[in-house]
Amino acid sequence: MGSTFWKRSSLISIGIALFLVVMAVLVNLTSLSQYTWLRVLFGVSALNFTLRASIPLVLGALSGILCERSGIINIGIEGMMLAGAFAGFVAKTNTNHWPLMSSLIFSVLIALAVGGLMGLLHAILSIRFRMDQIISGTVIIILAAGTSSYLYDRDAIAQGKFSSVAIPGLSDIPVIGPVLFDNPPLTYLALLLVVVVHVALFYTRWGLRTRAVGEHPRAADTVGINVNRYRYVNTSIGGMLAGLAGGYLVLEAVGQFQEGMTAGRGFISLAAMIFGNWNPFGALGAATLFGYTQALQNELLLAGVTNVPRQFISMLPYIVTIVAVSGFVGRVRPPAAEGKVYETEGGTE
Amino acid sequence: MEQIPVLEARNITKRFPGVIANQNVNLTLYRGEILALLGENGAGKSTLMNIIYGLYQPTEGEILVNGKPVQMRSPKDAIALGIGMVHQHFQLVPVMTVVDNVMLGSESVRCAFLNREAAAARITELSERYNMAMDPYALVEDLPVGVRQRVEIIKALYRQADILILDEPTAVLTPQEIEGLFAVMDLLRGQGKSIIFITHKLKEVLRVADRIGVLRRGQVVGEADPKTATQSSLASLMVGREVILEVEKSDAHPGKAVLEISDLRATTDLGDTALAGVSLTVHAGEIVGVAGVQGNGQTELVEVLTGLRTAKSGTIRIGGQGMTNASPRRITEEGQSCHIPEDRHAFGMVDGYPITDNLVLNTYYQSPFARGITVNRPAIEANAAALVEKFDVRTPSVHLSGGSLSGGNQQKMVVAREFSRPIQLLIAAQPTRGIDVGSIEFIHQQIVAKRDEGVAVVLVSSELDEILALSDRIAVMYKGEIIDIVDRDDATREGLGLLMAGVKEA
Ligand SMILES: Nc1ncnc2c1ncn2[C@@H]1O[C@H](COP(=O)(O)OP(=O)(O)O)[C@@H](O)[C@H]1O
Ligand SMILES: [Mg+2]
Repeated sequence: MGSTFWKRSSLISIGIALFLVVMAVLVNLTSLSQYTWLRVLFGVSALNFTLRASIPLVLGALSGILCERSGIINIGIEGMMLAGAFAGFVAKTNTNHWPLMSSLIFSVLIALAVGGLMGLLHAILSIRFRMDQIISGTVIIILAAGTSSYLYDRDAIAQGKFSSVAIPGLSDIPVIGPVLFDNPPLTYLALLLVVVVHVALFYTRWGLRTRAVGEHPRAADTVGINVNRYRYVNTSIGGMLAGLAGGYLVLEAVGQFQEGMTAGRGFISLAAMIFGNWNPFGALGAATLFGYTQALQNELLLAGVTNVPRQFISMLPYIVTIVAVSGFVGRVRPPAAEGKVYETEGGTE
Repeated sequence: MEQIPVLEARNITKRFPGVIANQNVNLTLYRGEILALLGENGAGKSTLMNIIYGLYQPTEGEILVNGKPVQMRSPKDAIALGIGMVHQHFQLVPVMTVVDNVMLGSESVRCAFLNREAAAARITELSERYNMAMDPYALVEDLPVGVRQRVEIIKALYRQADILILDEPTAVLTPQEIEGLFAVMDLLRGQGKSIIFITHKLKEVLRVADRIGVLRRGQVVGEADPKTATQSSLASLMVGREVILEVEKSDAHPGKAVLEISDLRATTDLGDTALAGVSLTVHAGEIVGVAGVQGNGQTELVEVLTGLRTAKSGTIRIGGQGMTNASPRRITEEGQSCHIPEDRHAFGMVDGYPITDNLVLNTYYQSPFARGITVNRPAIEANAAALVEKFDVRTPSVHLSGGSLSGGNQQKMVVAREFSRPIQLLIAAQPTRGIDVGSIEFIHQQIVAKRDEGVAVVLVSSELDEILALSDRIAVMYKGEIIDIVDRDDATREGLGLLMAGVKEA
């Protein structure tokens, strides 16, 4: 089983995440902490920021993995995320009078549902209407951006957001505790989902069939698997995860909605998915790297690094993304049937 | 005693847009027999089998299993009825293991998780029972073609198939592997399984079948008894007229060396070694056949020779000029060489262009077809009219798209274009793959005619019969190397088969 999981680029991603943790432990617990620049680079605050920045990327990448593993290219994650964010916000503003927790949970469910509907729309456009999947994804992005900005009520205010829940015992571990075990619920959920998606993809019937459908749909068809049904279901679940990423932004990270607030995170998620070689853990590592570059930007500004223009530091995440995706990690291999319409009697094979 | 057929197809008709693939086909299969279904490429064999397997829905007609009419909406229904099929193009996911491929769709599951151990144990048991060794945890992409085929057979047996359809299973095997397959088929028949064995190779049919059915242009044109039928009687039944099974050619008179390849090395797109030091010299007026199981570097060799792939090292000289990593245009112009590509749709023609334009793809920029920056339509049309006539390309009009021609006529069009300028070297890759017998005969004659004019010919083919029929010398490729070169007169099928499997006698 190993070979599908431990591809080189996954290893690199996971290595990056481990490197950060080890450095953080060393820098914070040993005499290395006397060096200011090390504290800037690997302090608890940098790591906290990293995690917060990477959660939406992780969820977005998982969304992409579910769709693409079944053969549907999902370039519309950005749009599904934005739709989820906006839906979560509208739900929250309309339930401000409810008890906080029920209002938040309700809003998360709405974000999931709207993301799922966007995924379903993408599936219908690309399967039923055989639209080019890149175009269909673009339609999703434009639809979400246009609708959310048209319907956005500037006076609406969401009251309250998810707050941190320290896990007893674990959160007392030095360095790792405050970074990993003292977070709001959606963060835990996202990390849990990485494990769930991994296990589901590689150790369940559903996962085996999903991967077969994305690699060689005709082979799946010849053993009686309904190819397009798997694609509909996966793309819809993928949409839900992207919607959850949007919900995270509004209901846990920021607390409010802003127009275009996803700000390219959907695309960086795609990069994380590719960098992680379509594997959940690989994507987690890649998302951590991208999140870290965003954290760095923040930490360097806070530490008063002014001799580098701010704009250059802001470019960091994108530069890392480009380098990562341009084959620097060696060859990644997308699902073979990605982007192709499947019809049983189509073609002369 | 009247026996009930395990499988019966009655009056099956299948229409695709513009094609009738099967027309009123009837077929019966009895328990414990091997029924061979013979037919040319395009005769409708695969379509009929896909209908029996529930993958395609028949336009008309019905299927009976054990005497009862059945409705099959998808392969799931066929599998439930005990029908298994090994497809012409293997239906295996390359990046998955044997276990995953075999159990896909019929997974064994324990508390919601895949139970790979249980499935692997079944596979091992089946592979021992039927004498088809395999490692359940090997990745399919790492397996040789012969083993992949066994995986396909195991896949059907895993689902407890009693009726086994084998669609052109021998096309991709070496002669020795074919013998192995026949032994397995015998074993299966002995256990009461019924087999439909599809092929277009006559020898094989006579060797294993209990009964023979012949399909031509979608219709069953006859049955034959392997005890009384001969290769030529089957051939004329299959093609509908007398066919000459041998290509007529005189002895070769090789001249000076035209193509000189020395220690050529190249990699596949994925960076794996494809050519591991190939050296070969081809002289004017001889045909050198390059034999080998598909995927042993033949494709890459042709690509490097035609300028479509870069060589990592080594040299190529054509007519004495260095042509290593030269551009395709330089190779065609200065090297005076031409190329009949393996995949005509990708490299040989533009499906959407009219025949007229397809016939000048290699000369459109030259006089008389180009006048400054414009094209000379009348010259292009005159050229097309002449070539279509000379090369027997059958079409109602030269203005129809190349893609609308039948496979054989498309290939004749490609050959016509490539032969329309002076050449000293011909590189023909699988020149008759998937085309009708008439066109095969024609193209073979044209290749021999070029040889007799003094052209050096490299013929790459995975059909041993074609290699044996045309070549003057035969080079066998194995794992990116030419493992041996033998004279046609010294070559035997068995000897070549062993070489193709990498076995070289001292
Ligand atoms: N899916 C399809 N769509 C349209 N035409 C098809 C399809 N499959 C087969 N055909 C056509 O039906 C005919 C029979 O094809 P096939 O059954 O594959 O022949 P065989 O297996 O005997 O070589 C051919 O003319 C082929 O082009
Ligand atoms: Mg066929």
